[in-house]
Amino acid sequence: MSDNALIELPCQDLIELVTDYLEDRLTPVDRARFEAHIAECEYCATYLEQMRMTIRTLGRIPEESLSDRARDDLLRAFRDWRSE
Amino acid sequence: MVSTPPDDASLVRSLREGEEAVFAQLVDRWGPAMLRVALVHVHNRAVAEEVVQEAWLTVLRDLARFEGRSALRTWVLGIVINLARSRGRAERRSTPTGLDASLFSADRFRALGDPWPRHWAIGPTPWPTPEQELLAGETRRVILRAVAALPPTQREVLVLRDIEGLPADEACSALAIGETNQRVLLHRARSRVRKAIEDYFHATEPT
Repeated sequence: MSDNALIELPCQDLIELVTDYLEDRLTPVDRARFEAHIAECEYCATYLEQMRMTIRTLGRIPEESLSDRARDDLLRAFRDWRSE
Repeated sequence: MVSTPPDDASLVRSLREGEEAVFAQLVDRWGPAMLRVALVHVHNRAVAEEVVQEAWLTVLRDLARFEGRSALRTWVLGIVINLARSRGRAERRSTPTGLDASLFSADRFRALGDPWPRHWAIGPTPWPTPEQELLAGETRRVILRAVAALPPTQREVLVLRDIEGLPADEACSALAIGETNQRVLLHRARSRVRKAIEDYFHATEPT
């Protein structure tokens, strides 16, 4: 089965399915094919892992926050709004 | 990362009743995501802060009309996104979007006549830097620059989904886009950021 799994789903197509795979949007057949390919292909396994690392790293980017001045202005605007 | 508030109805009631502490809490909780999504369209931090402020003023003005058809956070994010989009259109000199050109050069994959057509010719190799250190040093700049260089439609989705951690359905409603489109944009954005990291490591590889 190993060669079939690879031939049916070339690497170039597999890498376009990574997000669908991670979001669980593949049909059961496509999912099985995806996983069979990954099991046989070290490059694609590396690719998938690097996509996961990229996503996790993006999630660790520190938060942006409003400047104190902008925040104070907003709270003042809220008090104005309330008293209208 | 922001989480869905437990009870929108009570939040809206507190705001309408003028509870400043609740307002301040929401500004602090949702402000970071609002600011980040505003920065997709306006390229100046001060202007982005103005957009966030304007969005909150719009929220207060329209609060009486909020019907709870979407979550409060989704509604607020939708407002900031719309304001930032129109502000960005006014600010932009030209639109260098272009089509999503193929991410990889042709030699990365085997040719059609090959016994293994469209499989890797030059496959990815493991990165030398451990994941925990990707946000340190030079790779941090590489990642932030790659995000900043994404086309706005892709960057909006990436910011909400991967950076702010919103679920797909909420990102779709805030951005007013369909689920499939959202997934395509997210995938392109992620692929580009991954590729930027790879390119950086290739360029710095000892030879």
